[in-house]
Amino acid sequence: MAKPLLEVEDLFVSFKGAHRTTQAVRGISFNVGREKVGIVGESGSGKSLTGRTVLKLTPKAAHIDARRLSFDGIDLLAASERQMRSIRGNRISMILQDPKFSLNPLMRVGQQITEAYRLHHKVGRREAEARALAMLEAVKIRDPDRVYQLFPHEVSGGMGQRIMIAMMLIPEPDLIIADEPTSALDVTVRRQVLTILDELVTRRGAGLMFISHDLNLVADFCDRVLVMYAGRIMEDIAACDLRNARHPYTRALLDSLPRLDRATDMLQVPSRDPAWLDGPTIRSGAAT
Amino acid sequence: MSALATNAQGTAQETALAVSHLNITFGSGAAAMTAVDDVSFTLGHGEAFGLIGESGCGKSTILRALVGLNRDYEGTIRFRDTVVPRQRDKSFFRRVQMVFQDPYASLHPRKMVQYVLAEPLRIHGFDRHQERIDEILSAVGLGPSFRYRFPHELSGGQRQRVAIARALIIEPELLLLDEPTSALDVSVQAEILNLLKQLRRARDLTYLMVSHDLAVVTHLCERVGMMSEGRIIEEMSAEDVRAGRAAEPYTREFLEASTGYRPAS
Ligand SMILES: Nc1ncnc2c1ncn2[C@@H]1O[C@H](COP(=O)(O)OP(=O)(O)OP(=O)(O)O)[C@@H](O)[C@H]1O
Ligand SMILES: Nc1ncnc2c1ncn2[C@@H]1O[C@H](COP(=O)(O)OP(=O)(O)OP(=O)(O)O)[C@@H](O)[C@H]1O
Ligand SMILES: [Mg+2]
Ligand SMILES: [Mg+2]
Repeated sequence: MAKPLLEVEDLFVSFKGAHRTTQAVRGISFNVGREKVGIVGESGSGKSLTGRTVLKLTPKAAHIDARRLSFDGIDLLAASERQMRSIRGNRISMILQDPKFSLNPLMRVGQQITEAYRLHHKVGRREAEARALAMLEAVKIRDPDRVYQLFPHEVSGGMGQRIMIAMMLIPEPDLIIADEPTSALDVTVRRQVLTILDELVTRRGAGLMFISHDLNLVADFCDRVLVMYAGRIMEDIAACDLRNARHPYTRALLDSLPRLDRATDMLQVPSRDPAWLDGPTIRSGAAT
Repeated sequence: MSALATNAQGTAQETALAVSHLNITFGSGAAAMTAVDDVSFTLGHGEAFGLIGESGCGKSTILRALVGLNRDYEGTIRFRDTVVPRQRDKSFFRRVQMVFQDPYASLHPRKMVQYVLAEPLRIHGFDRHQERIDEILSAVGLGPSFRYRFPHELSGGQRQRVAIARALIIEPELLLLDEPTSALDVSVQAEILNLLKQLRRARDLTYLMVSHDLAVVTHLCERVGMMSEGRIIEEMSAEDVRAGRAAEPYTREFLEASTGYRPAS
Protein backbone atom coordinates (compact mmCIF):
# COMPACT_ATOMS: atom_id res chain seq x y z
CA MET A 1 0.00 0.00 0.00
CA ALA A 2 1.20 3.51 -0.77
CA LYS A 3 2.43 5.70 2.05
CA PRO A 4 -0.46 7.43 3.80
CA LEU A 5 -0.97 11.18 3.32
CA LEU A 6 -1.34 11.85 6.99
CA GLU A 7 0.31 9.93 9.81
CA VAL A 8 -0.61 10.56 13.41
CA GLU A 9 1.09 8.63 16.19
CA ASP A 10 0.40 8.99 19.88
CA LEU A 11 -1.12 12.47 19.72
CA PHE A 12 -1.94 14.32 22.92
CA VAL A 13 -3.67 17.71 23.17
CA SER A 14 -4.04 19.32 26.56
CA PHE A 15 -5.24 22.62 27.98
CA LYS A 16 -3.43 24.15 30.89
CA GLY A 17 -5.97 25.83 33.14
CA ALA A 18 -5.46 27.86 36.28
CA HIS A 19 -6.27 24.88 38.49
CA ARG A 20 -5.72 21.79 36.42
CA THR A 21 -4.67 20.52 33.03
CA THR A 22 -7.40 19.02 30.82
CA GLN A 23 -6.37 16.20 28.53
CA ALA A 24 -8.69 16.64 25.57
CA VAL A 25 -6.96 14.20 23.19
CA ARG A 26 -5.13 11.33 24.83
CA GLY A 27 -2.64 9.36 22.77
CA ILE A 28 -4.42 8.63 19.50
CA SER A 29 -2.84 7.04 16.43
CA PHE A 30 -4.29 6.81 12.93
CA ASN A 31 -3.43 7.28 9.26
CA VAL A 32 -5.34 8.84 6.42
CA GLY A 33 -4.56 7.69 2.88
CA ARG A 34 -6.24 8.77 -0.32
CA GLU A 35 -9.54 7.66 1.16
CA LYS A 36 -12.54 8.85 3.15
CA VAL A 37 -12.09 8.46 6.87
CA GLY A 38 -15.08 9.22 9.07
CA ILE A 39 -14.65 10.43 12.66
CA VAL A 40 -17.65 9.95 14.93
CA GLY A 41 -18.16 10.17 18.67
CA GLU A 42 -20.10 12.22 21.15
CA SER A 43 -19.89 15.95 21.73
CA GLY A 44 -16.61 16.90 23.43
CA SER A 45 -14.83 13.65 22.50
CA GLY A 46 -12.10 15.55 20.65
CA LYS A 47 -13.11 15.26 16.99
CA SER A 48 -12.80 18.93 16.04
CA LEU A 49 -9.65 19.34 18.08
CA THR A 50 -8.02 16.41 16.26
CA GLY A 51 -8.92 18.01 12.93
CA ARG A 52 -7.62 21.42 13.98
CA THR A 53 -4.38 19.92 15.29
CA VAL A 54 -3.50 18.69 11.80
CA LEU A 55 -3.62 22.32 10.63
CA LYS A 56 -2.13 23.59 13.88
CA LEU A 57 -5.21 25.77 14.28
CA THR A 58 -5.75 24.86 17.93
CA PRO A 59 -6.57 27.52 20.55
CA LYS A 60 -3.58 29.35 22.08
CA ALA A 61 -3.98 27.53 25.37
CA ALA A 62 -3.67 24.11 23.73
CA HIS A 63 -0.48 22.10 24.05
CA ILE A 64 0.21 19.52 21.31
CA ASP A 65 2.47 16.54 21.81
CA ALA A 66 2.97 13.57 19.48
CA ARG A 67 5.49 10.95 18.48
CA ARG A 68 4.68 11.70 14.87
CA LEU A 69 2.46 14.16 13.00
CA SER A 70 3.34 14.20 9.35
CA PHE A 71 1.61 15.17 6.15
CA ASP A 72 3.02 13.92 2.84
CA GLY A 73 6.45 13.54 4.44
CA ILE A 74 6.39 17.01 6.04
CA ASP A 75 6.89 16.99 9.81
CA LEU A 76 4.05 19.25 10.92
CA LEU A 77 5.32 19.44 14.48
CA ALA A 78 8.54 21.03 13.28
CA ALA A 79 6.93 23.19 10.58
CA SER A 80 7.17 26.97 11.02
CA GLU A 81 4.05 29.15 11.09
CA ARG A 82 5.01 30.38 7.63
CA GLN A 83 5.15 26.83 6.25
CA MET A 84 1.84 26.07 7.96
CA ARG A 85 0.21 29.09 6.31
CA SER A 86 1.17 27.87 2.89
CA ILE A 87 0.01 24.32 3.68
CA ARG A 88 -3.32 25.57 5.03
CA GLY A 89 -4.15 27.72 2.06
CA ASN A 90 -3.15 25.23 -0.59
CA ARG A 91 -2.71 21.63 0.42
CA ILE A 92 -5.01 21.04 3.37
CA SER A 93 -8.43 22.68 3.64
CA MET A 94 -10.78 22.62 6.55
CA ILE A 95 -14.53 23.17 6.48
CA LEU A 96 -15.35 24.51 9.91
CA GLN A 97 -18.22 23.29 12.05
CA ASP A 98 -19.80 26.75 12.41
CA PRO A 99 -20.16 27.95 8.82
CA LYS A 100 -21.71 31.36 9.35
CA PHE A 101 -19.09 32.22 11.93
CA SER A 102 -16.37 31.95 9.34
CA LEU A 103 -18.03 34.16 6.75
CA ASN A 104 -17.65 37.92 6.90
CA PRO A 105 -21.13 39.19 7.89
CA LEU A 106 -20.68 42.52 6.10
CA MET A 107 -19.68 41.20 2.71
CA ARG A 108 -21.86 39.62 0.02
CA VAL A 109 -21.23 35.88 -0.14
CA GLY A 110 -20.38 35.91 -3.85
CA GLN A 111 -17.76 38.57 -3.33
CA GLN A 112 -16.18 36.45 -0.58
CA ILE A 113 -15.85 33.46 -2.90
CA THR A 114 -14.45 35.69 -5.66
CA GLU A 115 -11.78 37.04 -3.34
CA ALA A 116 -10.88 33.57 -2.12
CA TYR A 117 -10.54 32.49 -5.73
CA ARG A 118 -8.21 35.37 -6.59
CA LEU A 119 -6.06 34.54 -3.61
CA HIS A 120 -5.27 31.16 -5.14
CA HIS A 121 -5.40 31.77 -8.87
CA LYS A 122 -3.80 34.52 -10.90
CA VAL A 123 -6.90 35.69 -12.73
CA GLY A 124 -8.76 38.95 -13.26
CA ARG A 125 -11.86 39.98 -11.31
CA ARG A 126 -14.21 39.10 -14.17
CA GLU A 127 -12.99 35.56 -14.47
CA ALA A 128 -12.90 35.08 -10.70
CA GLU A 129 -16.53 36.21 -10.55
CA ALA A 130 -17.49 33.73 -13.23
CA ARG A 131 -15.66 30.99 -11.35
CA ALA A 132 -17.38 31.94 -8.10
CA LEU A 133 -20.76 31.62 -9.79
CA ALA A 134 -19.70 28.27 -11.19
CA MET A 135 -18.70 27.13 -7.69
CA LEU A 136 -22.14 28.06 -6.35
CA GLU A 137 -23.67 26.02 -9.13
CA ALA A 138 -21.34 23.12 -8.42
CA VAL A 139 -22.60 22.92 -4.85
CA LYS A 140 -26.16 22.94 -6.24
CA ILE A 141 -27.26 26.37 -5.11
CA ARG A 142 -30.42 27.19 -7.02
CA ASP A 143 -30.43 30.61 -8.62
CA PRO A 144 -26.71 31.35 -8.05
CA ASP A 145 -26.98 34.88 -9.50
CA ARG A 146 -29.37 35.87 -6.73
CA VAL A 147 -27.48 34.11 -3.96
CA TYR A 148 -24.20 35.72 -5.09
CA GLN A 149 -25.65 39.08 -4.02
CA LEU A 150 -26.89 37.98 -0.58
CA PHE A 151 -25.29 38.69 2.78
CA PRO A 152 -24.58 35.75 5.12
CA HIS A 153 -27.68 36.44 7.25
CA GLU A 154 -29.89 36.22 4.17
CA VAL A 155 -28.97 32.65 3.19
CA SER A 156 -30.62 29.55 4.63
CA GLY A 157 -28.71 27.21 6.97
CA GLY A 158 -27.96 24.70 4.25
CA MET A 159 -26.88 27.40 1.80
CA GLY A 160 -24.33 28.74 4.30
CA GLN A 161 -22.78 25.31 4.60
CA ARG A 162 -22.54 24.91 0.86
CA ILE A 163 -20.99 28.33 0.42
CA MET A 164 -18.26 27.29 2.87
CA ILE A 165 -17.74 24.08 0.93
CA ALA A 166 -17.44 26.01 -2.32
CA MET A 167 -14.75 28.23 -0.77
CA MET A 168 -12.84 25.25 0.52
CA LEU A 169 -12.76 23.49 -2.83
CA ILE A 170 -11.14 26.43 -4.61
CA PRO A 171 -7.47 25.50 -3.97
CA GLU A 172 -8.10 21.84 -4.91
CA PRO A 173 -6.47 20.56 -1.72
CA ASP A 174 -4.78 17.17 -1.15
CA LEU A 175 -6.36 16.69 2.24
CA ILE A 176 -9.77 17.94 3.25
CA ILE A 177 -10.87 18.09 6.85
CA ALA A 178 -14.62 18.50 6.89
CA ASP A 179 -16.11 19.18 10.33
CA GLU A 180 -19.81 18.28 10.14
CA PRO A 181 -20.05 19.70 6.64
CA THR A 182 -23.55 18.46 5.94
CA SER A 183 -25.36 18.68 9.27
CA ALA A 184 -27.64 21.50 8.04
CA LEU A 185 -28.30 19.96 4.65
CA ASP A 186 -31.37 18.05 3.61
CA VAL A 187 -30.85 14.68 2.04
CA THR A 188 -30.99 15.56 -1.62
CA VAL A 189 -28.57 18.45 -1.38
CA ARG A 190 -26.40 16.47 0.99
CA ARG A 191 -26.09 13.73 -1.57
CA GLN A 192 -24.89 16.17 -4.19
CA VAL A 193 -22.38 17.82 -1.90
CA LEU A 194 -21.03 14.44 -0.83
CA THR A 195 -20.73 13.43 -4.45
CA ILE A 196 -18.50 16.46 -5.00
CA LEU A 197 -16.28 15.46 -2.07
CA ASP A 198 -16.30 11.85 -3.25
CA GLU A 199 -15.14 12.93 -6.72
CA LEU A 200 -12.31 14.92 -5.23
CA VAL A 201 -11.10 11.81 -3.42
CA THR A 202 -11.50 9.38 -6.31
CA ARG A 203 -10.59 11.70 -9.21
CA ARG A 204 -7.83 13.78 -7.67
CA GLY A 205 -6.67 11.22 -5.13
CA ALA A 206 -7.25 13.54 -2.21
CA GLY A 207 -7.73 12.35 1.37
CA LEU A 208 -10.79 13.23 3.42
CA MET A 209 -11.28 13.40 7.17
CA PHE A 210 -15.05 13.52 7.59
CA ILE A 211 -16.18 14.52 11.07
CA SER A 212 -19.85 13.76 11.64
CA HIS A 213 -22.35 12.49 14.14
CA ASP A 214 -24.44 10.81 11.48
CA LEU A 215 -23.53 7.14 11.86
CA ASN A 216 -25.71 5.93 9.00
CA LEU A 217 -24.21 8.45 6.65
CA VAL A 218 -20.63 7.68 7.64
CA ALA A 219 -21.27 3.93 7.27
CA ASP A 220 -22.40 4.43 3.68
CA PHE A 221 -20.17 7.27 2.56
CA CYS A 222 -16.76 6.63 4.12
CA ASP A 223 -14.19 3.89 3.64
CA ARG A 224 -13.10 3.69 7.24
CA VAL A 225 -14.44 5.06 10.54
CA LEU A 226 -12.73 6.14 13.75
CA VAL A 227 -14.98 6.14 16.81
CA MET A 228 -13.82 8.58 19.50
CA TYR A 229 -14.72 8.79 23.15
CA ALA A 230 -13.12 11.00 25.81
CA GLY A 231 -10.13 11.91 23.65
CA ARG A 232 -9.34 8.37 22.58
CA ILE A 233 -10.09 6.15 19.60
CA MET A 234 -12.35 3.33 20.74
CA GLU A 235 -12.61 1.61 17.42
CA ASP A 236 -11.00 1.88 13.95
CA ILE A 237 -13.28 -0.04 11.62
CA ALA A 238 -14.10 -0.52 7.94
CA ALA A 239 -17.20 1.60 7.23
CA CYS A 240 -19.09 -1.37 5.82
CA ASP A 241 -18.69 -3.16 9.18
CA LEU A 242 -19.80 -0.21 11.32
CA ARG A 243 -23.33 -1.50 11.86
CA ASN A 244 -21.80 -4.70 13.28
CA ALA A 245 -19.25 -2.87 15.42
CA ARG A 246 -17.87 -4.70 18.47
CA HIS A 247 -17.01 -1.96 20.91
CA PRO A 248 -19.84 -1.43 23.43
CA TYR A 249 -19.55 2.35 23.00
CA THR A 250 -20.04 2.12 19.24
CA ARG A 251 -22.94 -0.26 19.85
CA ALA A 252 -24.52 2.17 22.32
CA LEU A 253 -24.31 5.02 19.80
CA LEU A 254 -25.96 2.86 17.13
CA ASP A 255 -28.71 1.82 19.53
CA SER A 256 -29.54 5.43 20.46
CA LEU A 257 -30.64 6.32 16.91
CA PRO A 258 -34.32 6.82 16.12
CA ARG A 259 -35.25 4.42 13.36
CA LEU A 260 -37.31 4.92 10.28
CA ASP A 261 -38.17 1.26 9.86
CA ARG A 262 -40.02 0.96 13.15
CA ALA A 263 -41.55 3.28 15.73
CA THR A 264 -40.03 3.37 19.20
CA ASP A 265 -41.39 5.22 22.18
CA MET A 266 -38.31 6.30 24.13
CA LEU A 267 -34.79 6.14 22.72
CA GLN A 268 -31.92 4.41 24.48
CA VAL A 269 -29.51 6.87 26.03
CA PRO A 270 -25.99 5.39 26.11
CA SER A 271 -24.47 4.71 29.50
CA ARG A 272 -20.69 4.95 29.81
CA ASP A 273 -18.20 2.55 31.30
CA PRO A 274 -15.12 4.09 32.98
CA ALA A 275 -13.13 1.09 31.74
CA TRP A 276 -13.33 2.54 28.21
CA LEU A 277 -11.19 5.48 29.25
CA ASP A 278 -8.05 3.34 29.28
CA GLY A 279 -9.19 0.23 27.44
CA PRO A 280 -7.77 -1.00 24.13
CA THR A 281 -8.60 0.36 20.69
CA ILE A 282 -10.39 -2.22 18.58
CA ARG A 283 -8.87 -2.17 15.10
CA SER A 284 -10.73 -4.08 12.38
CA GLY A 285 -12.44 -6.19 15.02
CA ALA A 286 -9.33 -7.03 17.08
CA ALA A 287 -8.16 -5.36 20.28
CA THR A 288 -4.73 -3.68 20.06
CA MET B 1 -59.54 21.08 6.91
CA SER B 2 -61.11 20.01 10.16
CA ALA B 3 -60.49 22.04 13.27
CA LEU B 4 -60.16 18.81 15.18
CA ALA B 5 -56.95 16.81 15.30
CA THR B 6 -55.46 14.22 17.57
CA ASN B 7 -53.03 14.87 20.39
CA ALA B 8 -50.41 12.60 21.95
CA GLN B 9 -53.15 10.68 23.75
CA GLY B 10 -55.04 10.11 20.52
CA THR B 11 -58.12 12.13 21.55
CA ALA B 12 -59.73 14.83 19.44
CA GLN B 13 -58.64 18.32 20.43
CA GLU B 14 -59.33 21.90 19.60
CA THR B 15 -57.10 23.87 17.24
CA ALA B 16 -53.87 25.32 18.61
CA LEU B 17 -52.54 26.95 15.47
CA ALA B 18 -54.16 27.66 12.12
CA VAL B 19 -52.17 29.17 9.27
CA SER B 20 -54.09 30.19 6.19
CA HIS B 21 -52.82 31.43 2.85
CA LEU B 22 -49.42 32.48 4.13
CA ASN B 23 -47.32 34.26 1.49
CA ILE B 24 -43.83 35.66 2.01
CA THR B 25 -41.74 37.43 -0.60
CA PHE B 26 -38.19 38.77 -0.34
CA GLY B 27 -36.94 41.63 -2.50
CA SER B 28 -39.10 43.55 -4.93
CA GLY B 29 -39.58 44.06 -8.65
CA ALA B 30 -37.50 41.81 -10.88
CA ALA B 31 -35.48 40.55 -7.91
CA ALA B 32 -38.58 39.47 -5.97
CA MET B 33 -38.49 35.90 -4.75
CA THR B 34 -41.45 34.02 -3.30
CA ALA B 35 -40.11 32.05 -0.33
CA VAL B 36 -43.50 30.92 1.01
CA ASP B 37 -46.30 30.36 -1.47
CA ASP B 38 -49.89 30.09 -0.24
CA VAL B 39 -49.23 27.81 2.72
CA SER B 40 -52.10 26.63 4.93
CA PHE B 41 -52.07 24.09 7.73
CA THR B 42 -53.66 23.40 11.12
CA LEU B 43 -52.25 22.02 14.35
CA GLY B 44 -54.52 20.49 16.96
CA HIS B 45 -53.79 21.24 20.58
CA GLY B 46 -51.21 18.72 21.81
CA GLU B 47 -50.30 17.63 18.30
CA ALA B 48 -46.82 17.45 16.76
CA PHE B 49 -46.51 18.40 13.10
CA GLY B 50 -43.30 18.18 11.07
CA LEU B 51 -42.18 20.11 7.99
CA ILE B 52 -39.71 18.47 5.63
CA GLY B 53 -38.21 19.54 2.30
CA GLU B 54 -35.10 20.55 0.42
CA SER B 55 -32.73 23.21 1.68
CA GLY B 56 -34.07 26.67 0.83
CA CYS B 57 -37.68 25.53 0.33
CA GLY B 58 -38.95 27.96 2.99
CA LYS B 59 -39.21 25.92 6.22
CA SER B 60 -37.33 28.35 8.47
CA THR B 61 -39.07 31.30 6.82
CA ILE B 62 -42.47 29.92 7.92
CA LEU B 63 -41.28 29.45 11.51
CA ARG B 64 -39.74 32.91 11.61
CA ALA B 65 -42.98 34.48 10.43
CA LEU B 66 -45.00 32.51 13.00
CA VAL B 67 -42.84 33.69 15.85
CA GLY B 68 -43.00 37.30 14.66
CA LEU B 69 -39.44 37.77 13.41
CA ASN B 70 -40.72 38.62 9.97
CA ARG B 71 -43.82 40.81 9.97
CA ASP B 72 -43.85 41.20 6.24
CA TYR B 73 -46.25 38.39 5.34
CA GLU B 74 -49.66 38.00 3.77
CA GLY B 75 -52.30 35.66 5.14
CA THR B 76 -53.55 34.98 8.64
CA ILE B 77 -52.09 33.17 11.59
CA ARG B 78 -54.52 32.11 14.30
CA PHE B 79 -53.36 30.93 17.68
CA ARG B 80 -56.10 29.42 19.83
CA ASP B 81 -58.77 30.83 17.48
CA THR B 82 -57.51 34.40 17.78
CA VAL B 83 -55.74 36.13 14.88
CA VAL B 84 -52.31 37.08 16.16
CA PRO B 85 -51.33 40.71 15.62
CA ARG B 86 -48.36 41.37 13.34
CA GLN B 87 -46.60 43.02 16.23
CA ARG B 88 -46.55 40.12 18.69
CA ASP B 89 -47.19 41.02 22.29
CA LYS B 90 -45.76 39.70 25.52
CA SER B 91 -48.62 37.29 26.11
CA PHE B 92 -47.91 35.69 22.73
CA PHE B 93 -44.28 34.95 23.62
CA ARG B 94 -45.39 33.63 26.95
CA ARG B 95 -47.27 30.92 25.06
CA VAL B 96 -45.24 30.43 21.88
CA GLN B 97 -41.47 29.88 21.87
CA MET B 98 -38.93 28.91 19.24
CA VAL B 99 -35.67 26.94 19.19
CA PHE B 100 -33.48 28.08 16.32
CA GLN B 101 -31.55 26.11 13.72
CA ASP B 102 -28.14 27.59 14.45
CA PRO B 103 -26.97 27.08 18.04
CA TYR B 104 -23.90 29.21 17.35
CA ALA B 105 -25.87 32.30 16.49
CA SER B 106 -28.84 32.01 18.83
CA LEU B 107 -27.11 32.76 22.14
CA HIS B 108 -25.70 36.15 23.01
CA PRO B 109 -21.91 35.70 23.30
CA ARG B 110 -21.48 37.84 26.41
CA LYS B 111 -24.36 36.53 28.49
CA MET B 112 -23.86 33.79 31.01
CA VAL B 113 -26.24 30.80 30.89
CA GLN B 114 -27.71 31.95 34.22
CA TYR B 115 -28.64 35.30 32.69
CA VAL B 116 -29.97 33.75 29.47
CA LEU B 117 -32.41 31.66 31.54
CA ALA B 118 -33.35 34.33 34.09
CA GLU B 119 -34.25 36.93 31.46
CA PRO B 120 -37.48 35.29 30.18
CA LEU B 121 -38.53 34.57 33.79
CA ARG B 122 -38.15 38.25 34.65
CA ILE B 123 -39.89 39.49 31.51
CA HIS B 124 -42.89 37.25 32.09
CA GLY B 125 -43.06 37.79 35.83
CA PHE B 126 -42.28 34.28 37.07
CA ASP B 127 -41.35 33.55 40.69
CA ARG B 128 -38.74 31.09 42.08
CA HIS B 129 -36.05 31.98 39.49
CA GLN B 130 -33.23 29.96 41.02
CA GLU B 131 -35.30 26.81 41.42
CA ARG B 132 -36.74 27.03 37.93
CA ILE B 133 -33.27 27.49 36.44
CA ASP B 134 -31.95 24.44 38.27
CA GLU B 135 -34.98 22.38 37.25
CA ILE B 136 -34.77 23.22 33.58
CA LEU B 137 -30.99 22.73 33.43
CA SER B 138 -31.35 19.29 34.88
CA ALA B 139 -34.27 18.55 32.53
CA VAL B 140 -32.03 19.21 29.52
CA GLY B 141 -29.21 17.18 31.04
CA LEU B 142 -26.90 20.00 32.17
CA GLY B 143 -25.71 20.22 35.77
CA PRO B 144 -26.12 23.34 37.92
CA SER B 145 -22.47 24.32 37.26
CA PHE B 146 -23.49 25.24 33.72
CA ARG B 147 -25.20 28.33 35.13
CA TYR B 148 -21.88 30.12 35.20
CA ARG B 149 -20.68 29.32 31.69
CA PHE B 150 -20.51 31.66 28.70
CA PRO B 151 -21.56 30.36 25.25
CA HIS B 152 -17.94 30.04 24.04
CA GLU B 153 -17.31 27.62 26.87
CA LEU B 154 -19.99 25.24 25.59
CA SER B 155 -19.83 22.67 22.79
CA GLY B 156 -22.40 22.81 19.99
CA GLY B 157 -24.62 20.27 21.73
CA GLN B 158 -24.51 22.06 25.07
CA ARG B 159 -25.49 25.36 23.45
CA GLN B 160 -28.49 23.77 21.82
CA ARG B 161 -29.58 22.36 25.18
CA VAL B 162 -29.36 25.85 26.69
CA ALA B 163 -31.45 27.18 23.80
CA ILE B 164 -34.09 24.52 24.44
CA ALA B 165 -34.01 25.27 28.17
CA ARG B 166 -34.54 28.98 27.46
CA ALA B 167 -37.60 28.21 25.33
CA LEU B 168 -39.09 25.79 27.86
CA ILE B 169 -38.44 27.67 31.07
CA ILE B 170 -41.59 29.80 30.78
CA GLU B 171 -43.71 26.73 30.01
CA PRO B 172 -45.07 27.71 26.59
CA GLU B 173 -47.98 25.90 24.91
CA LEU B 174 -46.59 25.86 21.38
CA LEU B 175 -42.94 25.15 20.63
CA LEU B 176 -41.46 25.87 17.20
CA LEU B 177 -38.40 23.67 16.65
CA ASP B 178 -36.06 24.41 13.73
CA GLU B 179 -33.69 21.45 13.32
CA PRO B 180 -33.37 21.15 17.09
CA THR B 181 -31.00 18.19 17.00
CA SER B 182 -29.06 18.54 13.77
CA ALA B 183 -26.05 20.01 15.61
CA LEU B 184 -26.09 17.31 18.29
CA ASP B 185 -24.35 13.98 18.51
CA VAL B 186 -26.61 10.95 18.60
CA SER B 187 -26.36 10.35 22.35
CA VAL B 188 -27.44 13.94 23.15
CA GLN B 189 -30.02 13.75 20.37
CA ALA B 190 -31.57 10.74 22.08
CA GLU B 191 -31.71 12.66 25.37
CA ILE B 192 -33.28 15.75 23.78
CA LEU B 193 -35.84 13.76 21.79
CA ASN B 194 -36.82 11.81 24.91
CA LEU B 195 -37.08 15.08 26.81
CA LEU B 196 -39.28 16.65 24.13
CA LYS B 197 -41.53 13.58 24.12
CA GLN B 198 -41.86 13.53 27.90
CA LEU B 199 -42.55 17.25 28.14
CA ARG B 200 -45.17 17.07 25.48
CA ARG B 201 -47.03 14.39 27.39
CA ALA B 202 -46.58 15.95 30.81
CA ARG B 203 -47.58 19.46 29.75
CA ASP B 204 -49.74 18.78 26.71
CA LEU B 205 -47.46 20.85 24.49
CA THR B 206 -47.94 21.41 20.75
CA TYR B 207 -44.91 21.13 18.46
CA LEU B 208 -44.16 22.39 14.99
CA MET B 209 -40.84 20.90 13.96
CA VAL B 210 -38.52 21.25 10.99
CA SER B 211 -35.97 18.53 10.36
CA HIS B 212 -34.25 16.92 7.42
CA ASP B 213 -33.84 13.68 9.34
CA LEU B 214 -36.91 11.60 8.59
CA ALA B 215 -36.24 9.23 11.49
CA VAL B 216 -36.23 12.21 13.85
CA VAL B 217 -39.41 13.81 12.43
CA THR B 218 -41.38 10.59 12.45
CA HIS B 219 -40.15 9.79 15.94
CA LEU B 220 -41.65 12.98 17.33
CA CYS B 221 -44.47 13.95 14.96
CA GLU B 222 -47.59 12.07 13.97
CA ARG B 223 -48.19 14.20 10.89
CA VAL B 224 -45.73 15.59 8.32
CA GLY B 225 -45.99 18.25 5.59
CA MET B 226 -43.79 17.89 2.52
CA MET B 227 -42.59 21.23 1.16
CA SER B 228 -41.21 22.15 -2.22
CA GLU B 229 -40.35 25.64 -3.46
CA GLY B 230 -42.37 27.46 -0.84
CA ARG B 231 -45.47 25.25 -0.95
CA ILE B 232 -46.75 22.38 1.13
CA ILE B 233 -47.37 19.87 -1.61
CA GLU B 234 -48.58 16.98 0.51
CA GLU B 235 -49.53 16.05 4.08
CA MET B 236 -48.82 12.57 5.37
CA SER B 237 -49.00 10.52 8.54
CA ALA B 238 -45.73 9.42 10.14
CA GLU B 239 -46.73 5.87 9.19
CA ASP B 240 -46.95 6.87 5.52
CA VAL B 241 -43.51 8.44 5.70
CA ARG B 242 -42.03 5.31 7.25
CA ALA B 243 -43.55 3.14 4.58
CA GLY B 244 -42.60 5.54 1.77
CA ARG B 245 -46.30 5.92 0.87
CA ALA B 246 -46.79 9.23 -0.91
CA ALA B 247 -49.16 10.54 -3.56
CA GLU B 248 -46.71 12.96 -5.19
CA PRO B 249 -43.78 11.59 -7.23
CA TYR B 250 -41.57 14.38 -5.82
CA THR B 251 -42.29 13.20 -2.28
CA ARG B 252 -41.61 9.58 -3.15
CA GLU B 253 -38.25 10.56 -4.62
CA PHE B 254 -37.41 12.68 -1.60
CA LEU B 255 -38.28 9.90 0.83
CA GLU B 256 -36.32 7.37 -1.17
CA ALA B 257 -33.22 9.55 -1.33
CA SER B 258 -33.41 10.19 2.39
CA THR B 259 -31.58 7.23 3.81
CA GLY B 260 -27.82 6.74 3.83
CA TYR B 261 -25.72 7.73 0.84
CA ARG B 262 -25.79 6.79 -2.79
CA PRO B 263 -23.81 8.89 -5.28
CA ALA B 264 -25.90 11.47 -7.13
CA SER B 265 -26.23 10.59 -10.80
N1 LIG C 1 -10.22 26.55 24.50
C1 LIG C 1 -10.47 25.46 25.25
N2 LIG C 1 -10.19 25.43 26.57
C2 LIG C 1 -10.44 24.35 27.32
N3 LIG C 1 -10.97 23.22 26.83
C3 LIG C 1 -11.27 23.17 25.53
C4 LIG C 1 -11.04 24.28 24.66
N4 LIG C 1 -11.43 23.94 23.40
C5 LIG C 1 -11.89 22.66 23.49
N5 LIG C 1 -11.79 22.20 24.76
C6 LIG C 1 -12.21 20.88 25.24
O1 LIG C 1 -11.69 19.87 24.40
C7 LIG C 1 -12.62 18.79 24.28
C8 LIG C 1 -12.77 18.39 22.84
O2 LIG C 1 -13.42 19.43 22.13
P1 LIG C 1 -13.83 19.28 20.58
O3 LIG C 1 -14.27 20.61 20.12
O4 LIG C 1 -12.75 18.60 19.83
O5 LIG C 1 -15.09 18.30 20.70
P2 LIG C 1 -15.95 17.64 19.52
O6 LIG C 1 -15.74 16.17 19.60
O7 LIG C 1 -15.66 18.30 18.22
O8 LIG C 1 -17.44 17.97 20.03
P3 LIG C 1 -18.76 18.52 19.23
O9 LIG C 1 -19.39 17.29 18.61
O10 LIG C 1 -19.63 19.09 20.30
O11 LIG C 1 -18.31 19.52 18.22
C9 LIG C 1 -13.93 19.28 24.91
O12 LIG C 1 -14.14 18.59 26.12
C10 LIG C 1 -13.72 20.75 25.14
O13 LIG C 1 -14.36 21.14 26.34
N1 LIG D 1 -33.75 37.93 4.72
C1 LIG D 1 -33.79 37.33 3.53
N2 LIG D 1 -33.51 38.02 2.41
C2 LIG D 1 -33.54 37.43 1.19
N3 LIG D 1 -33.83 36.12 0.98
C3 LIG D 1 -34.10 35.37 2.07
C4 LIG D 1 -34.08 35.93 3.39
N4 LIG D 1 -34.39 34.94 4.27
C5 LIG D 1 -34.59 33.83 3.52
N5 LIG D 1 -34.40 34.08 2.21
C6 LIG D 1 -34.53 33.11 1.10
O1 LIG D 1 -35.73 32.37 1.25
C7 LIG D 1 -35.55 31.01 0.84
C8 LIG D 1 -36.01 30.08 1.94
O2 LIG D 1 -35.10 30.16 3.05
P1 LIG D 1 -35.31 29.32 4.38
O3 LIG D 1 -34.28 29.78 5.34
O4 LIG D 1 -36.74 29.37 4.80
O5 LIG D 1 -34.99 27.84 3.88
P2 LIG D 1 -35.08 26.45 4.65
O6 LIG D 1 -36.17 25.64 4.01
O7 LIG D 1 -35.16 26.68 6.11
O8 LIG D 1 -33.68 25.81 4.22
P3 LIG D 1 -32.55 25.05 5.10
O9 LIG D 1 -33.02 23.62 5.17
O10 LIG D 1 -31.32 25.17 4.23
O11 LIG D 1 -32.42 25.73 6.42
C9 LIG D 1 -34.05 30.89 0.48
O12 LIG D 1 -33.93 30.94 -0.91
C10 LIG D 1 -33.41 32.11 1.14
O13 LIG D 1 -32.28 32.58 0.43
MG1 LIG E 1 -16.71 19.62 17.03
MG1 LIG F 1 -33.72 26.48 7.67
